[in-house]
Amino acid sequence: MLETGIRLHGTALEEEDFKTHRVFYTTDIPKLQYAWDCGVAMGHYLKGLKQGKLLGTYCKKCKRTVIPPRVFCELCFRNMDKWVELKDTGIVNTFSICYVTWDMKKLIYPEIPAVIEIDGASKGKGILHLLAEVDPKQVKLGMKVKAVWKPKSEREGSILDIKYFKPI
Amino acid sequence: MKLRKVAVVGAGITKFVRRAQETAKELSYHATKMALDSCNMPLEEIDSVVHGTAPDAFDGVHMKGEYLSEASGGWRKPFMRSYVGGGTGVFAPINGWYLVASGMYDTCVVVCEEKMSSCQPHPQGAFLTIFDHTTERPLGPNLLWIFALEMNRYMQVHKIPREQIALVSVKNKRNALDHPSAQLGAELTVEDVMNSEIMAWPVTRLMVSPTSDGAAAVVLASEEVAKKITDNPVWISGVGWNLDTAYWTNRDLYYPEYVEKAARMAYKMAGIKNPREEINVVEPYDPFAYKELHHLEGLLLADKGQAPRITAEGITARDGKMPSCPSGGLLGVGNPIAAAGMMKICELFWQLRGEAGKRQVKNSPRTGLAQAWGDLMQVGTVVIMQRGD
Repeated sequence: MLETGIRLHGTALEEEDFKTHRVFYTTDIPKLQYAWDCGVAMGHYLKGLKQGKLLGTYCKKCKRTVIPPRVFCELCFRNMDKWVELKDTGIVNTFSICYVTWDMKKLIYPEIPAVIEIDGASKGKGILHLLAEVDPKQVKLGMKVKAVWKPKSEREGSILDIKYFKPI
Repeated sequence: MKLRKVAVVGAGITKFVRRAQETAKELSYHATKMALDSCNMPLEEIDSVVHGTAPDAFDGVHMKGEYLSEASGGWRKPFMRSYVGGGTGVFAPINGWYLVASGMYDTCVVVCEEKMSSCQPHPQGAFLTIFDHTTERPLGPNLLWIFALEMNRYMQVHKIPREQIALVSVKNKRNALDHPSAQLGAELTVEDVMNSEIMAWPVTRLMVSPTSDGAAAVVLASEEVAKKITDNPVWISGVGWNLDTAYWTNRDLYYPEYVEKAARMAYKMAGIKNPREEINVVEPYDPFAYKELHHLEGLLLADKGQAPRITAEGITARDGKMPSCPSGGLLGVGNPIAAAGMMKICELFWQLRGEAGKRQVKNSPRTGLAQAWGDLMQVGTVVIMQRGD
């Protein structure tokens, strides 16, 4: 039985309860640090980004070219057959216009995250990146976009070697 | 394999609040105690315990399941923790179900708890590490992105107006006014939802569930034990779960295939041939307004792109043909991650027994379905429950 109006356990706290020290709390900031080895597939992908190329992997059994690349095909569960150089263009699969940070602070300039289907990969295979040099109101699904790369000297083998994608 | 029949015989829940004075252990204890007391079951008669709780990062306590074990009645008992992100609240009872269905144990208490408020300055911080550390995290993503990207894809593929999605917030928050656990019950209009602050287009503030602290629990028993405890058991007649790839940018987000696969598994087990006729009450996972619609379609309870229409027609209203989220859902009752899914299991238990008071649906339901979803937009978990005749 759970009827409306029944009194349940669970006591809601308000800001005032902390200000007036009605309730106590303790704090800690655990410090953890990680260094992620990029691995075989991702290492190759990052090397490609440094050279201004987007690389995918191809499975001949499933006839699929995927990006981000992996060493194995999760469908047929065997090694991928080869590396493929893709284009640095694609189409917007979906996008958002985000006005807040993760901790709910307002952004002065909204960010436009998007899934971009990369030309040369199989249909629907895309990556997450940002759009810029575009009026947010003009962004549409299916819009053609191209990577804007950092100057060669500044690239370091990172997804950020692509600054963003812009419409073409 | 011969499976035994498993019944839900008791349920308990706490209030869902933004920040609770009670600790995670205290919340777990209260929900567990209420569930045991509701069926006069002393802890000595519980053979096994399953605890569902989402990321350790919320509490800042590693091995949180073990930390909470005694608060769920797990002291010196076979204990296991279930965890598939947001899908946990419906996955934990599946784990409890197979402990009893397999013949291993006669009874199991399943407890789900979340205390998100400990994570400062905002619990969203705990979600940032779900993104790939090499290809995604350098871009500075936050959790709203993936929901907004999925909602936009769903909306645009089917050409669904945002007003129709806002209607889900209106319905669920209104339903929650009658739920004693509810954090955000409200009487709102579609305009209120549309005009609330845009967080990540197309998502507005009133289309998002809150962060919450809370707990919920059920007691499971084998047929033989259940019949001694109650004249009114609710049977778990089907379960299903399924995981899609974590390469989420390689999938078409407009449709949750993995939810369909989980649903088909559960329908097959429950012998359900025509879900739209046979499911009388449904609690799909609704952390965002569009998710209820997305999931009704994945559960095959509406044609692709048609869930907004059946919502507008009132089919999913509390007095409709197939009420959806009569509890008030995550949008209205609140979203303490694992506990939110379990709240849906509890709601079906009360609805199928005719014990939901003002929330009671009008179609004297025989069969209900609860579903949760989570990980990186990746997992579907489904439980079908049936009134005993």
